[in-house]
Amino acid sequence: MSTTISVSSAIHATSGAAATPASIADAECALRIRNLDFFYGKFQGLKKVNLNIARGKVTAFIGPSGCGKSTLLRTFNRMFDLYPGQRAEGEILLGGHNILAKQQDVNLLRAKVGMVFQKPTPFPMSIFDNIAFGVRLYENLNARAMAERVEWSLRKAALWDEVKDKLNQSGLSLSGGQQQRLCIARTVAVKPEVLLLDEPTSALDPISTAKVEELVNELKSDYTIAIVTHNMQQAARISDYTAYMYLGELIEFGATDQIFIKPAKKATEDYITGRFG
Amino acid sequence: MSNIDLGLYRRRQLSNRIGLTLSMLAMVLGLAVLLWILVVLFKNGLAAIDLNLFTQDTPAPGSEGGGLRNAIVGSLMMLGLTVLVATPVGVLAGVYLAEYGDTSKTASFTRFVTDIMLSAPSIVLGLFVYAIAVATVKQFSGYAGSLALSLIAVPVIVRTTENMLRLVPGSLREAAFALGAPRWKVATLITLRAARSGVITGLLLALARISGETAPLLFTALNNQFFNTDMAKPMANLPVVIFQFAMSPYDNWIRLAWAGALLITLTVLLLNIIARVLFRARAQG
Repeated sequence: MSTTISVSSAIHATSGAAATPASIADAECALRIRNLDFFYGKFQGLKKVNLNIARGKVTAFIGPSGCGKSTLLRTFNRMFDLYPGQRAEGEILLGGHNILAKQQDVNLLRAKVGMVFQKPTPFPMSIFDNIAFGVRLYENLNARAMAERVEWSLRKAALWDEVKDKLNQSGLSLSGGQQQRLCIARTVAVKPEVLLLDEPTSALDPISTAKVEELVNELKSDYTIAIVTHNMQQAARISDYTAYMYLGELIEFGATDQIFIKPAKKATEDYITGRFG
Repeated sequence: MSNIDLGLYRRRQLSNRIGLTLSMLAMVLGLAVLLWILVVLFKNGLAAIDLNLFTQDTPAPGSEGGGLRNAIVGSLMMLGLTVLVATPVGVLAGVYLAEYGDTSKTASFTRFVTDIMLSAPSIVLGLFVYAIAVATVKQFSGYAGSLALSLIAVPVIVRTTENMLRLVPGSLREAAFALGAPRWKVATLITLRAARSGVITGLLLALARISGETAPLLFTALNNQFFNTDMAKPMANLPVVIFQFAMSPYDNWIRLAWAGALLITLTVLLLNIIARVLFRARAQG
């Protein structure tokens, strides 16, 4: 908890165009978001969002439904590109490159920025192939190396012991919680730099939720994680930084302790204490 | 209790009974006709089925006995070629409509044309193929027959493939894209795979649909009294043989027509049953 960042600087960045928005040093950032606007057709879903996402930390996004937190997450891997009419303006810097630039190859971007969705989405193939599918896209591994990678990722996702004897069974045969961990394993297997989790536990029971949370805690030593959650206790438990969003704007951003114990803004405090939202 | 109008309730019960009786009657009527057809078909068809049916060719006018070997082989060859041609065209077009085109002008135009083709009378398609592939080379052929059958099968396959792919949840597509998979891999390895049994069901139903088509073959494959495996020549086939033999004055020809009709019906029945089993497996899996 040594790197507390200045909340105010993150917010004031909106005004100063060339200024660095947060005091997380650029070298410690996996993603830097600059003046990001997002449009669903004519509707503006995000308004001038400025944010730094620290490498090797967990950043949580909270806020009421429709506040734009999922929208924001889906700009990090340009998921919105799949839908005509949706567009983003501004800059998102990943390793110094603006991923919103036209020349950015979205497939390569998505190999670097992985995403796990709200509902488990196992592919209609075996557990083994569910994981191998993504790896095969960008790596040419022999059978042995592939088997090792599959085991490694399943261990990372704390699923190995439950499925090691049935890797050839359909991924659809697993329980909901197992399916979600399979999806996490699948995403981890391609070794992305950033892991985006879009309400990964909202469809899970409490025990599966606890397992996924534990997982997030372990994965953050290797990955940068951004997680959207409706559960504020969850955000408080697992994240290092928290961003509170409302109506497409980033209202407050700071170290999680600070946001939950002593938020700088009244709106954030109202939401966190349940007086609003 | 006072707010319950028992009279209203009774009236509703009565109208329910009347409605139920009427719909049951309609069902019995439809089913009875269907059963009647099947009973007559099986009675006449089974009597005509023997080993000669599969070992002898269609008899010349006035000669005794005979079988349907040439017609069975001809039908199978033309259906086989049709499946080989129509499956890739239909499935790929369906994939285009569901995964690539979506709302583009090309896609809506393709959908429009496909819908017209779906409802076009098969005799029109037969005449069309006659005009472009028979009249021009002055030669009836099995190839022309397959072409005509393909024109009927392709639109069926296109629409079922598209509909089955649309049933695949978008979240599955997004999950594959999120791993960095290019669109063609998502389409072939994920969505087409998820919709696999539905697409195969569509193929089987298209096959069932064309296996009894007569009109398009009348002008294209025509018929052939002899055993022939050269698809560049006129080919015997079950529907046209049934059509010609059923109207003939010869007893053995009429018997063969019944046998042929039963063979086609059994084939269609089998295809439908396989399609149903596959679809059920999909619903459970």
